[in-house]
Amino acid sequence: MSLIDPSVVELSRLQFALTALYHFIFVPLTLGMTFLIASMETVYVITGKEIYKEMTHFWAKLFGINFAIGVATGLTMEFEFGTNWSMYSHFVGDVFGTPLAIEGLMAFFMESTFIGLMFFGWDRLSRPAHLAVTWLTALGSNLSALWILIANGFMQNPQGASFDPDTMRMQFTSFLNLVFSQDAQAKFVHTSIAGFVTGALFVMGISSFYILTNRHKALAARSFRMAALFGVISSMAVVTLGDALGRLDYLVQPTKIAAIEGLWQDSNAHSSAAAAPWLVFALPDDAKQTNYAEIGVPYVLTPLITHSENTAVPGLISLEQQAGPRILNGIKALNALQQYGQDHDAAALATFKQYENDMGYGFLAQKNAPNQDLTQITPANQDAIVAQTEKDTIPNVFVTFWSFRIMMFLGFYFVILFAFASYYSLRNELEKHPLLLKAALWSIPLPVMACEFGWITAEAGRQPWSVYGWLPTFQSASSHPVGYMVFSLIGFALLYSAFIAAELYLMFKFARLGPQHHAEPSVGGTATMFGKPQLADKSWQ
Amino acid sequence: MELYVVLKVIWAVLLGVLLTGLAVMVGMDMGVGTLLRFVGKTDKERRVALNIIGPHWDGNQVWFILGGGAIFAAFPTLYATSFSVFYVVMILLLFSMIMRPVAFEYRSKAGNSWRATWDWAFLISGAVPMIVYGAAFGNVMEGVGFHYSWTGQYFQDESFLGYLLNPFALICGVMSLSLSIAQGGTMLMLRGEEPIFGRARSAAIGGALVAAVLFAIGGVWVAHMNGFAFTAPVDPNMPASPLTGQTVAVQAGAWMHNYQSYPILWALPALGFVGMLGNLLMNAARKPAVAWWAGALAWVGVIFTVGASMFPFLMPSTTNPNQSLTVWNSIGSQYSLGWMLLFALVFTPAIIAYTSWCFYVMRGKVKVESITDDSHSY
Ligand code: HDD
Ligand code: HEM
Ligand code: HEM
Repeated sequence: MSLIDPSVVELSRLQFALTALYHFIFVPLTLGMTFLIASMETVYVITGKEIYKEMTHFWAKLFGINFAIGVATGLTMEFEFGTNWSMYSHFVGDVFGTPLAIEGLMAFFMESTFIGLMFFGWDRLSRPAHLAVTWLTALGSNLSALWILIANGFMQNPQGASFDPDTMRMQFTSFLNLVFSQDAQAKFVHTSIAGFVTGALFVMGISSFYILTNRHKALAARSFRMAALFGVISSMAVVTLGDALGRLDYLVQPTKIAAIEGLWQDSNAHSSAAAAPWLVFALPDDAKQTNYAEIGVPYVLTPLITHSENTAVPGLISLEQQAGPRILNGIKALNALQQYGQDHDAAALATFKQYENDMGYGFLAQKNAPNQDLTQITPANQDAIVAQTEKDTIPNVFVTFWSFRIMMFLGFYFVILFAFASYYSLRNELEKHPLLLKAALWSIPLPVMACEFGWITAEAGRQPWSVYGWLPTFQSASSHPVGYMVFSLIGFALLYSAFIAAELYLMFKFARLGPQHHAEPSVGGTATMFGKPQLADKSWQ
Repeated sequence: MELYVVLKVIWAVLLGVLLTGLAVMVGMDMGVGTLLRFVGKTDKERRVALNIIGPHWDGNQVWFILGGGAIFAAFPTLYATSFSVFYVVMILLLFSMIMRPVAFEYRSKAGNSWRATWDWAFLISGAVPMIVYGAAFGNVMEGVGFHYSWTGQYFQDESFLGYLLNPFALICGVMSLSLSIAQGGTMLMLRGEEPIFGRARSAAIGGALVAAVLFAIGGVWVAHMNGFAFTAPVDPNMPASPLTGQTVAVQAGAWMHNYQSYPILWALPALGFVGMLGNLLMNAARKPAVAWWAGALAWVGVIFTVGASMFPFLMPSTTNPNQSLTVWNSIGSQYSLGWMLLFALVFTPAIIAYTSWCFYVMRGKVKVESITDDSHSY
């Protein structure tokens, strides 16, 4: 049997990466904004001050513009596993599909039903009832993140399933192991809180714009303070939880952590494991398996990753070599499995069981086998095939290394920004610090960038696997003609570009317009940052 | 019966329930989208029409998402194969579907030519998915060209043009569109006033009429076309794998076998007709609330008619009939079916309760003033 055309695999990866990264432009803002809006409304219901109601309305309007595309692009994601990752869906659908289905039942229904009431129910619900609806929307969006990350956690560290030779797929064996997988839980908190950072900076940035331009001062100052305080806590939590995620990678995905740190040689290749430097800067060269222009801080790497003083962290070169025996076992496992599929031979099954845990490495070797047929591997050609396959077991180091660093540097920047913002906001001195306000305004897109690079770290660092250790990405795809892929990619590119253009247009328009009673569109002051405010624009009524 | 077989049957029925929920709730919104330019001649009228389903479209759409998710989990091999085999058609469905959330949220937030563009988006995103939805049923009944390698990787044996342009599938597609127009029109009558009410009424009546005619034609067609049947007994308790375990033959008229064995099943197509005629008559009598439920029953009848005629087949293969997907061989494991059933039993009543509450809160006619007074309306 032959493999799927490599260019179809590459195009499928490209399409998935683009559509997922695009979905995740909008998701973090939803995760964070729903909570901020619910908090504002809570203050309104408790204190009864109209200004908080106005805040809730205004931020909810901007949120709605964002939410629509989040939903639209989410639809794509839900179907893409089936349309483009057929083998993957067949192979792990029994386990992986379950959290997705539960997400629909438990989270999407809740979020999507209550969001209708949140927008349309102001005059039809009592204040506490409306508040409850807003909180349920926020809860729903975060529950959806929980379940999708449980699904993703399974891909990173498959827990709660085992392979069944009679159905040729992984079958679900433990709900609790799936749900309480450490990966899933750590990913969930890190990601949700990254969303809070995103929402906080969005609100803070736009409020800064009003303070800078002397408009809507009461609303802006209050929004700014809430966002800054929310942000300072969230950004510190994101950094702390990021460290926890890194440690998990060290425990379950050694190739990913080595790639994140640009670690070609074992860490004790230096004078000792304890002295190994943490690289602030380097230019990893994947072909030569070395780094150029390294700048490192000694004595940081080992405690950072292992949380101990002197444990060696394996480098990529030795990780490759360690894969060798697993590749040989994997080839035996798959050949036995094929045999078993044909005649249900008990001896073949026994051989398969013996090497079962390495079967993923057999899938990996298929690419390099003569005629892509594992049964044609002989003692004469096997060494060359294993050597070639070893090289395929590690991810792209340059991409993983740098996407991680961009996320991390941004993380520290957010802590500092929010700390200053909270401090000056609490002292009511914001207007004396226009530089801070401008920084907040221009930083609005940065948390989204951090999130995107975080995902690139997580997903590119998982390669070559789509299910770590079990199923390689190139085996996961659907066997389509290249033309189909070109068709869908062009369509997505056109539609998604149109969407983002429409979104940015409306976002800028309504952010410039500012909060107001729509019946009397009066805008005071002058705006300069985004150009001139559209005073006479009533078309949105 | 073994527990596994019981779970398999329950999930086959739940698949039908899910597809029906999707058709009723999403179909209704799609019908409104399709009819938007017809029932609303002025901008204000169109906004009224949109705000009739405004608070509910997102919640309703989750039926569609849950459809994807639940088929993924409960019928992984069906999900993996059907979505890939119908790739081009599925992508067209997606492209049109994803315009809709954006259209709702963005349409009324800028000027006139902007609005006109989104109005066309509503037409496409209403009509195309319903045609594809129906056509998919048609294609599945005719059988689809695919086979598997020993690892379970599927291979496609037929080009998408065959699926897009074949007469039986088109009949099914137009029928599904007509039913959605009937249901959408009914909803517009329920919460709209003149002139929307009157226009929606004629559209709904037309829709129900066309649907009933096409349902009858489709039925006669199915009685004569090629169906699929087992040539040796199969074990419903078999491991869920399409690779081995069954021998299947293509036979004209095979889709009638279940009806011949269990005549009680004729109640299902009858229910479909009763629903369509009920919808039609009640709308003619200006009683949209009753008509809405009749329309929902029509969907139940139609979808379960198809299911009953094919059972236990789900997606037969024309090029390798022995690898046809059935309820027995494309389903999840006992363990995951059990857990999902548990979740479905807990959450479905809750969903029904809060969805009904949401419709209850938003009840009553939508008026022009209420839209221009509310800065959040579409
Ligand atoms: C505002 C966004 C943001 C910020 C400031 C950070 N992260 Fe992050 N990070 C994410 C947003 C994010 C994310 C988008 O949410 C990811 C992608 C996958 C995931 O689970 O979360 C992620 C993934 C991710 C991963 C990969 C997880 C995996 O292998 O699955 C690691 C190791 C870290 N993060 C670590 C950190 C550290 C040490 C940070 C700061 C010092 C940090 N992150 C800041
Ligand atoms: C929304 C946030 C996400 C982003 C931005 C993202 C990003 C990416 C990227 C960049 C790739 C390509 C990796 C490569 O080929 O080098 C990828 C692959 C993939 N991701 Fe994610 N991902 C996200 C979430 C998820 C989740 C939650 C799941 C599962 C539930 C998932 C499943 C997959 C699959 C199946 C592939 C294709 C196979 C592969 O390349 O490994 N992704 N993703
Ligand atoms: C790659 C796998 C993913 C799939 C299949 C997926 C699926 C979906 C779907 C179908 C929707 C629309 C729901 C609606 O109609 O309300 C949606 C929206 C949403 N998704 Fe995703 N999603 C994925 C990745 C993620 C990730 C990684 C997160 C969070 C960590 C996330 C969080 C959300 C949230 C909060 C929404 C609400 C609407 C919005 O985005 O503004 N999703 N997703």
